[in-house]
Amino acid sequence: MVKTPVPAEENVAPGHMGCPGCGACLALRLALKALGKRTIMTVPACCWAVMPGVFPYCSIKVPVLFTAFETAAASASGVRAALDAKGQKDINVLAWAGDGGTLDIGIQALSGAVERRDEIIYVCYDNEAYMNTGIQRSSSTPIGAWTTTTPVGTTRNFKLEPKKSGVEIMVAHRIPYTATACVSYPEDFVKKLQKARDIRGPKYIQVLCPCPAGWKSDPEKSIQIGRLAVESNVWPLYEVENGVYTVRKPAKKVAVKDYFKTQGRFRHLDEKEIEQIQKLVDHDWETLLRKEENAQKK
Amino acid sequence: MAKKLINGNYAAAYGAKLARAEVIAAYPITPQTAIVEQVADFVSSGEMKARYVTVESEHSAMAACIAAASVGARTFTATSSQGLLLMHELLHWASGARTPVVMVNVNRAVAPPWSVWADQTDSVSQRDTGWMQFYSESTQEELDTVIMSYKVSESPDIMLPSFTTEDAFFLSHTYEPVEIPAQELVDGFLPPFNPEIKLDIDNPRGFGSLSMPHQWYMELRYLIAEAMDRSRQKILKVEKEWKELTGRSYGGLLDEYRTEDAEVVLVNAGSAASTIREVIDRLRAQGKKVGLARLRSFRPFPTEEIRALGRHVHTIGVMDRCYTFGDGGAFFTEVKSALYQLKDRPTVKNFVVGIGGRDITMKTVGKLYDNLYKIKSDGLDEEKEWVDLKRPEVG
Repeated sequence: MVKTPVPAEENVAPGHMGCPGCGACLALRLALKALGKRTIMTVPACCWAVMPGVFPYCSIKVPVLFTAFETAAASASGVRAALDAKGQKDINVLAWAGDGGTLDIGIQALSGAVERRDEIIYVCYDNEAYMNTGIQRSSSTPIGAWTTTTPVGTTRNFKLEPKKSGVEIMVAHRIPYTATACVSYPEDFVKKLQKARDIRGPKYIQVLCPCPAGWKSDPEKSIQIGRLAVESNVWPLYEVENGVYTVRKPAKKVAVKDYFKTQGRFRHLDEKEIEQIQKLVDHDWETLLRKEENAQKK
Repeated sequence: MAKKLINGNYAAAYGAKLARAEVIAAYPITPQTAIVEQVADFVSSGEMKARYVTVESEHSAMAACIAAASVGARTFTATSSQGLLLMHELLHWASGARTPVVMVNVNRAVAPPWSVWADQTDSVSQRDTGWMQFYSESTQEELDTVIMSYKVSESPDIMLPSFTTEDAFFLSHTYEPVEIPAQELVDGFLPPFNPEIKLDIDNPRGFGSLSMPHQWYMELRYLIAEAMDRSRQKILKVEKEWKELTGRSYGGLLDEYRTEDAEVVLVNAGSAASTIREVIDRLRAQGKKVGLARLRSFRPFPTEEIRALGRHVHTIGVMDRCYTFGDGGAFFTEVKSALYQLKDRPTVKNFVVGIGGRDITMKTVGKLYDNLYKIKSDGLDEEKEWVDLKRPEVG
């Protein structure tokens, strides 16, 4: 048997309502393996508000408070405050929200909770659009992508703006720990969660979750697509601990176009447009490496 | 028991402290600020053992309170006007989640134009959120009602949130001698909050997950309706217990003053009631049979009490410090609605008064009673009247 840091413990039961090949489904399964049963979750409107199943059933084996769209962080703060007031220790409070609930409508509450240094682990499972409502653009949708509200049409109205960076916003809050992750790298994600659990204060992890329905990709290839996102530097894996960057360098280099061609949401892009995005990706990668370098110099 | 000279805001803070609120999540807004400052002082001095979450908005304040209550903590927050409006989504959430959050709202006008003065539009427009809402007349009532609210809200057969209100400045900033109950007295009255169902790692459950139309959503809503109906008796019972301990009570859902033999009655909610009582005493001295019915609870609505009043009163004037555009004052429409089932109904007129903090003076109230007597003899002049309205001269 292969030795893995991923615990065998299962805290998500199989009877959920996720789509085939859903990255977000795998993400929660891994997260609750990493954090274990002593965890209370807050879940706002997102795919995971539906996926656990219909009342009175719930496929998540830890307590879950379903909350309003913009309140994952504030609700987590409330749970933590109550646990503190009741003297209940050693319980992880996990806010579990999608990219729209985190980087659009929920960013104010998230900013507040992180600034207050509330003892929570916030995970944004990032499938790069409002997938639960049917693939509408979010600020986390990458440049170039088709969504139902950036439908390309005859005016080339795809998403023209670069993806908002959740992790950099968290760095600007001087958060003790923040990281990117991807479900295609389960050991890395689990290690980051366990590291986050053992650090005091707020923690933020943004985990990329391929979404076959929204990315127009083959459900069988979700893991492979996630790997291509990392290897192409479109979604670099890195962590920032008290301002110090550590970047994982991919073993092999993949062109952005090879990542894009696995997904229908990019198929309208011509060579020139892809070339422009490649330049942006290269520039962001260089910037990230410089940030890592700067921190080491100190 | 000790008497202190305090204003409505401090009274609210004392209420939260004496109730031993465990989690406070609050955001400042004029004229509520003194409440959250005073609670912060209580927590900082160690007088109050609570976690204080300094949230970045009222919306997050309510979210944090709902979450904390779901863990089983007693929660408190306070707000006003725009802050209450920002909470609106989560007010529905709190009742849907059956979390007995207790809040104080300082009744303040809604912008634009900016106005920080008394107006009840903010709380009245939360009518359908599933919150019990109580309107205080005095600083003492404010303190006592906060404590009583916890007992009503947290009753296992109720489990609904409640807020009590105080009119901006007229109550929030007016100092009155207030009896501060002893902690032991309150502890004996209000047991610790210990809900049967809560977020518990040893008994994990999903709170508030999806429900399909053919399943339980409708039934869960019906349970809220039933609990709200039960709350009428609960409020009366809790107030009776409080009276036995303190000697103080405030008239249940509808606080009536000299209505037994009254011919004309004004209905009002909030601080203006004190002015009205004074006018009543003077008019009574002149032989006029006038009375007051103060709406102490708007939700649950005192339907039976209003009907009982309507059976023996000829003319009722309903004062509204709020307005439902396109219809009338909210208290007016609800009072009329309650009276509709009576065979012989009194005549009802709507007086829209004190909007945006305009003073409701004794002179104004006197005018209203004169009007009601005129209606009694000559019939209804007009159904709705904006009182003391300035009309710019047309030139």
